Amino acid sequence: MATKKAAPKKPAVKKPAAKKPSSRSTTKKAATRKKSPQNQPNVPAFSADEDLEAYKVMLTIRRFEEKAGQMYGMGLIGGFCHLYIGQEAVVVGVQMASEEGDQMITGYRDHGHMIAMGLDPRGVMAELTGREGGLSRGKGGSMHMFSTEKHFYGGHGIVGAQVSLGTGLAFANRYYDNGNVSFVYFGDGAANQGQVYESFNMAELWELPVVYVIENNQYAMGTAISRASAQTDLSKRGVSFNIPGEQVDGMDVRAVRDAAARAAKSCRDGNGPFILEMNTYRYRGHSMSDPAKYRAREEVNRMREEHDPIEQVKARLLKSKTVNEAGLKEIDAEVRAIVTDAANFAQESPEPDASELWTDIIEEVSA
Amino acid sequence: MSVEILMPALSPTMEEGTLAKWLVKEGDEVRSGDLIAEIETDKATMELEAVDEGRIGKLVVAEGTENVPVNDLIAVLLQEGEDSTSISSAPQEKSAAPQAAPSEDASPDDAEPVAGPGAVAAIIAPDPDIPEGTAMASITVREALRDAMAEEMRSDDTVFVMGEEVAEYQGAYKVTQGLLEEFGSRRVVDTPITEHGFAGLASGAAMAGLKPIVEFMTFNFAMQAIDHIINSAAKTRYMSGGQMACPIVFRGPNGAAARVGAQHSQDYSSWYAQVPGLKVVAPYSAADAKGLLKAAIRDPNPVVFLENEILYGRTFDVPEIDDWVLPIGKARVMREGADVTIVSFSMGLTYALDAADQLAEEGIMAEVIDLRSLRPLDIDTIIASVQKTNRLVVVEEMWPICGIGSEIAAQVQEKAFDHLDAPILRVSGKDVPMPYAANLEKLALPSAPEVVAAVKSVTYR
Repeated sequence: MATKKAAPKKPAVKKPAAKKPSSRSTTKKAATRKKSPQNQPNVPAFSADEDLEAYKVMLTIRRFEEKAGQMYGMGLIGGFCHLYIGQEAVVVGVQMASEEGDQMITGYRDHGHMIAMGLDPRGVMAELTGREGGLSRGKGGSMHMFSTEKHFYGGHGIVGAQVSLGTGLAFANRYYDNGNVSFVYFGDGAANQGQVYESFNMAELWELPVVYVIENNQYAMGTAISRASAQTDLSKRGVSFNIPGEQVDGMDVRAVRDAAARAAKSCRDGNGPFILEMNTYRYRGHSMSDPAKYRAREEVNRMREEHDPIEQVKARLLKSKTVNEAGLKEIDAEVRAIVTDAANFAQESPEPDASELWTDIIEEVSA
Repeated sequence: MSVEILMPALSPTMEEGTLAKWLVKEGDEVRSGDLIAEIETDKATMELEAVDEGRIGKLVVAEGTENVPVNDLIAVLLQEGEDSTSISSAPQEKSAAPQAAPSEDASPDDAEPVAGPGAVAAIIAPDPDIPEGTAMASITVREALRDAMAEEMRSDDTVFVMGEEVAEYQGAYKVTQGLLEEFGSRRVVDTPITEHGFAGLASGAAMAGLKPIVEFMTFNFAMQAIDHIINSAAKTRYMSGGQMACPIVFRGPNGAAARVGAQHSQDYSSWYAQVPGLKVVAPYSAADAKGLLKAAIRDPNPVVFLENEILYGRTFDVPEIDDWVLPIGKARVMREGADVTIVSFSMGLTYALDAADQLAEEGIMAEVIDLRSLRPLDIDTIIASVQKTNRLVVVEEMWPICGIGSEIAAQVQEKAFDHLDAPILRVSGKDVPMPYAANLEKLALPSAPEVVAAVKSVTYR
């Protein structure tokens, strides 16, 4: 039956004259581009509370993923397991810029997103172990979890599929005229899929409120971006659709939050989609079975030492005397307790009942 | 020598059209390229241009005439120095000749005689779902589909239609005609040519609570989008442990039209019917098209709704009942008989019903079952019939390997082996890409004589 806000604010067909300034991306020479550019002008400072909040959530993701990696090694987690370690600032910064009702959707490297969105770490970990207490009751696995309550739309294993789906979430926002924004995460690898551009085109054509968050962690599985992309400045990928794009230091949670807030506002103001290229880095392999022959150990170490998103916040917290070393230890213990609890739950929760094999395939309709 | 202007074929499936309007009158001079008439086809109203220079000598067919067969003489053009006396005797008589031209054999419809409106309704058993004494309206499958969408859109604001040419063009096959006017561009959305993208976008919109109807111009183009139909729409409920639904309808013409070659003629019935998480519907009649499309739109699951371009223009009786909805997953006995069971669906029914008529003349009474839904498959109705007839022939237009017929044959031998008195035979499209040449295309598709031959084989006649 009819829903709350039926009246369309704008026609689905765009007026031909409407134009925005073209790409706002910072221009860099593709071939010589460095990792994690520190060229964000005037990164707005975080309050002490904001730093503290970001620190706790990022640390929870880090510890959760470390535990997941450990449990994978113990054979408690099967199949594919893609860890988010190193990229924590991206999802935490974007989450801090989002509003109630905004949706998020991502690919298969999704544990961090769920923790940042406030999903129960127990449910996430128990899904990784394939247990009844998992978010998908053990039927989805690492790559497939959802939460209608928290507006998390997965958890998708087909590279790039989430871009079309997430654009559809934005279509629904426009249809309902609810003022919400869809945050669509995908990697530098997915950025080469054709449906990404099909989606860009429709998003701009219909001025859909969607922020495309490209998590450029520099490697599509084992293929460095320069070996896979003719245009390595991914913020420019929307240029031919007139979608503004921006490169962001994805290792600095403040820069991420700031860019995401501006992009979301632009969407909410009815200006259509926005692209944010988050330059980030994953410390671990593509998945647990990645031998990492494609990059030097030194490169990983340098990123950890010089750009670690959590260490950056930690240094600020100490410098501002928001917390002292003892306080940090307390936070660490708190976080470890959450993760240990999740890990215990994930091992204690029983496997799904055999009858679960045949449920949730279709919803039965009474004739 | 005067020039004969014939009724043109303006689409691959057009057999006749309406001469909506003459834009010239007798005595007018025309040059090549001048518009001379408006012709309404099964898909659109088209303008007819003069090909030659001359003076209109005679308008043979009056404007407003309906059902003018392709290749019938509609006007005569006089060349320089000619007058109306040079119009050769009785133009109407000449019209018979071009009609029999070989090009007319192109249409696979020729294989079955069900041509005129109303002819279909006469041979089928009454539908048990329709209460006795219900008033019936004679409408085409195309109109039935449109009515189903319009009715559901009126009652539910979350239902919208999206696809290529669904709005301003009024539908590539006129199925969405009039919807833009009634519901506006918010709910009738023209997309770019971007099947993969809009199938994914619509699936995402469905996850967010909308009920999209995605029209594929043909299911051949849905192959670009099949990843979202299967990986995104069909599997999400399961992968989310029942948390997230994807209530969406993917619809459009499936299978062979006429003379459109291998890439536009594939039947995908068994591709989709194989997938858990989907429902698959393939109706034959207008009443089923309407009742099942309404059910599909309301269904909380993703539904693949396979239509047939040739059936779009066929007319059937549709009950004039408020809210005519049929359950998905129920087959229908179209014609009762005790000697053999013929199971088919969609366009296959035209061969099956025609064959049943011919067989009846020879004393073989065939029971004809229209599956209507391919997933869930109503195997119980088939088994019940086989228990009576002990013989089974399955008719479908798609390729034979791993087809719907293969699946039915497997299930029937598993569940009713002792009731079979003959091997189960499949009459299907041939195991080749669809050829273009008219004669080859006809050979590639099943036919009523093939069904008759199969039935005679299993009844040992």
